[in-house]
Amino acid sequence: MDNLYNQIEMILSSVEKPARYVGGELGAQKPSWDDEAVRWLMIYPDTYEVGLPNQGLQILYEIINEREAGHAERAYAPWVDMEAAMREAKIPLFSLENFAPAAAFDVIAFNLAAELVYTNVINLIDLAGLPIYAADRVDGMPLMIAGGHCTYNPEPLALFLDVVVLGDGEEVIGEIHDLLLAAGREGLSRSETLERLSHIEGVYVPSLYERREDGRVLPIDSAKTPAIIEKRTIADLGAWPYPKQQLVPLMEVVHDRLNVEVFRGCTRGCRFCQAGMITRPVRERPAEQVIDMVKKGIERTGYDELTLTSLSTADFSDIEPTVSAIVDDEDHGGRVSVSLPSLRVDAFTVGTAAKIQQVKRTGLTFAPEGGTWRMRKVINKLISDEDLFGAVDAAFSQGWRRIKLYFLIGLPTETDEDVLGIAELGRRCVEIGRKYNHNVTITASVGGFVPKPQTPFQWYGMNTAEELQRKVRLLRDDARGSRGLTIRWHDPAASVAEGIASKGDRRLAPVLEAVWRDGGTFQEWSERFELDRWLLALDDAGLSVDDICHSDRGQLDPLPWDHLSAGLHPDFLWGEWQDSIAEQGLEDCRWTPCYDCGACTNFGLEHVVASAVPPAGGSQGTGQGLELSAVPVSLSATSS
Amino acid sequence: MNELPEDRHYLRLRHDKIGPIRFTSQRDIARVLERLLRRVRLPVAWSEGFSPHPLLSFSLALPTGAESLAEYVDIRLEQPYEDLKGLVADLTEMAPAGMDFHSAGAWQGSRGSLQEQVTSCTWEMEVVGMSTTAIAERLAAVVNAPALIVSRNRKGKMVTDDIRPAILNLEAATEIPGRPSSQGTTAWIRAELETKERGIRPQELITALDADLLLVRPRRQAQWMEQVEGRCEPLTREGQLPANDVTQGPGGQS
Repeated sequence: MDNLYNQIEMILSSVEKPARYVGGELGAQKPSWDDEAVRWLMIYPDTYEVGLPNQGLQILYEIINEREAGHAERAYAPWVDMEAAMREAKIPLFSLENFAPAAAFDVIAFNLAAELVYTNVINLIDLAGLPIYAADRVDGMPLMIAGGHCTYNPEPLALFLDVVVLGDGEEVIGEIHDLLLAAGREGLSRSETLERLSHIEGVYVPSLYERREDGRVLPIDSAKTPAIIEKRTIADLGAWPYPKQQLVPLMEVVHDRLNVEVFRGCTRGCRFCQAGMITRPVRERPAEQVIDMVKKGIERTGYDELTLTSLSTADFSDIEPTVSAIVDDEDHGGRVSVSLPSLRVDAFTVGTAAKIQQVKRTGLTFAPEGGTWRMRKVINKLISDEDLFGAVDAAFSQGWRRIKLYFLIGLPTETDEDVLGIAELGRRCVEIGRKYNHNVTITASVGGFVPKPQTPFQWYGMNTAEELQRKVRLLRDDARGSRGLTIRWHDPAASVAEGIASKGDRRLAPVLEAVWRDGGTFQEWSERFELDRWLLALDDAGLSVDDICHSDRGQLDPLPWDHLSAGLHPDFLWGEWQDSIAEQGLEDCRWTPCYDCGACTNFGLEHVVASAVPPAGGSQGTGQGLELSAVPVSLSATSS
Repeated sequence: MNELPEDRHYLRLRHDKIGPIRFTSQRDIARVLERLLRRVRLPVAWSEGFSPHPLLSFSLALPTGAESLAEYVDIRLEQPYEDLKGLVADLTEMAPAGMDFHSAGAWQGSRGSLQEQVTSCTWEMEVVGMSTTAIAERLAAVVNAPALIVSRNRKGKMVTDDIRPAILNLEAATEIPGRPSSQGTTAWIRAELETKERGIRPQELITALDADLLLVRPRRQAQWMEQVEGRCEPLTREGQLPANDVTQGPGGQS
């Protein structure tokens, strides 16, 4: 194997942030190249700073390196300046552990966490010196495998990838690894290997399926491959205490702190939320294991900050005692600060946050998502106005000065009144804050809604860029002059590109290729994004942006991802879509009877939740609050 | 935290920065060090106020991409720390590859800050782009010249400067014992450069020498401070602190 370090070293002096390209993290492993092994190159297709903290990649990196004949290294997308220097010096994509060329690996595995990285995936395959289309790759070249949330509609990348894996990776990656090890020993060809892989549950081999004229994706040979590929789910998170050796980078990255996952899955049932639909059921990690992972992690890494991660950490059954045990641990000298991402919107949660953020009370973030109660019933984010005001009152009264609120615009059934409701809520929150401090600020951050596959809104045609822009202007004009209220928004054009990549099918391959060839990498970076590139490429391919993402689809219309399943019954999703339009909410099934969405029953699973009763505080999803008048929440600041 | 300046306890550490870790910035190293100090449970003193931070102060920032055999950090402690040998060993074991710790020196009372006291640095620089003979001629010319004028753009205005006074020593070498060339090159420049007044950095020197010259791997060999007895290092690899530097308190070394 070539070690490319000497060549790489020569170009590093001329690029921005060269520490991105030298590895050397605490926890990095350096597998040797001597032995017979299946070698994985795991890639997060974005910059090092964004990709390094990704916990999914770190978990699989450890699992493979622990396994018999396992060998895993990592790479991230080199920034534009580094890519140019690499291409000029004829240096291919390389790994950060052994500085080995990507093409020397057996598997290149991509984590697809966001649709706008698709052109980076193509670019990285090319930078590895390999043909970008799967059909052009031959025996002896690495297999391109992808996992992550975007694989619930991988069709836009179907012609570039060899293998797609649905669901939790912990178990299935070992099965794939063992199969590849055996295939290597038996000397199987690429196509024989792929066919064998397609028999593993959760594994989708796109080349064994074809898109029919009517849009359906069917097996080429239905005797050999299943018509529907079901996702994989690990039953017990406690059996997988990973990462055991979280990577600590030499340079600063996003989420630069210890991360411990407290549960996976969420059944709050927000209809816009793909993560909440595809990761069911809820599987909590035992509190003692959380505390143990935190303790060991703090000692090993030297971090003094940690995040308890999940889709809604305040819902963790033992959140209070767990947080107290961490904060009060004498061993950490009282200097460890804990943050809870995605705070639930209620005063009780703010009380918990106050306990653990004794030192820095800079800002808090809540996500009511909808500006009116009607809108929030449509999306099933059942936060009453009183919940929000209670949370905001609690936060301002306990010393916070800045609160950020996240909203979506372009939601189904949305009217201008709903949009203006965002500014109105913002003003009411400022008013509450001014009881405590004259300089409070509320920032309402507004994103254009992109409907995602495997959610109740998968049939919904998203707003056009112009319509989103109009709503942003409406809101901005209304908020102008409102003291203490700031409106921020994401580029509606980028939301449209995300919509195209989320809902497109295989015909998108030439479009992605054209955007990439035109220099369109790092599309989630606003300075590198232009929607026109995408629209021109669509035009050239004879495709219409309206058909792909702006038109509603009917119950019987084939969807590009119908052959892939997150376990959810199509009837459940359609029923939720209808209830949504009828402004009908749905309770959280952790604490109320099962409504059989399919995520448990299809796989013989159930929730792993320590507490049989909903958490205290707030009305959302707890069986209360579907009618405003019935919400028994006071505006008192004391919450604990 | 409220003790008198002469009662305060300090510690100075010396470490390397060799190999790929040279591509990290000074700020990165500061963060790495803060985590290391927490891992070895050193009783670092913290500032008070709205956003408390550990009381560390560094020597002259090493440019990103440069190696070093002589990096220093001063740490204020909440209480004295006895086992300096053990500390140095623990830090080396836990530190990233290429960041070996060599010595620690402790004292009580105040010393001048590293940044103020260091007056010059010795550098060894691997270069490519010119033959060794051509480099030697060019260096001799610079040493014998009364001035070396450089111009640079400063806020839209061209300013010229004479950097010759900042070059205290300059010589070429075809090899440096114990330092194999990384890129098959054979040209090296050894320089001692002033850090005070108009101090210069290795890249600036190389650019001023010749536009064809490419700096491959600069390495800071030593940092120097002036004492009555002559120049000395802020802390030797053996752990010796300068004798006459403590301005208040009983002083003392370990």
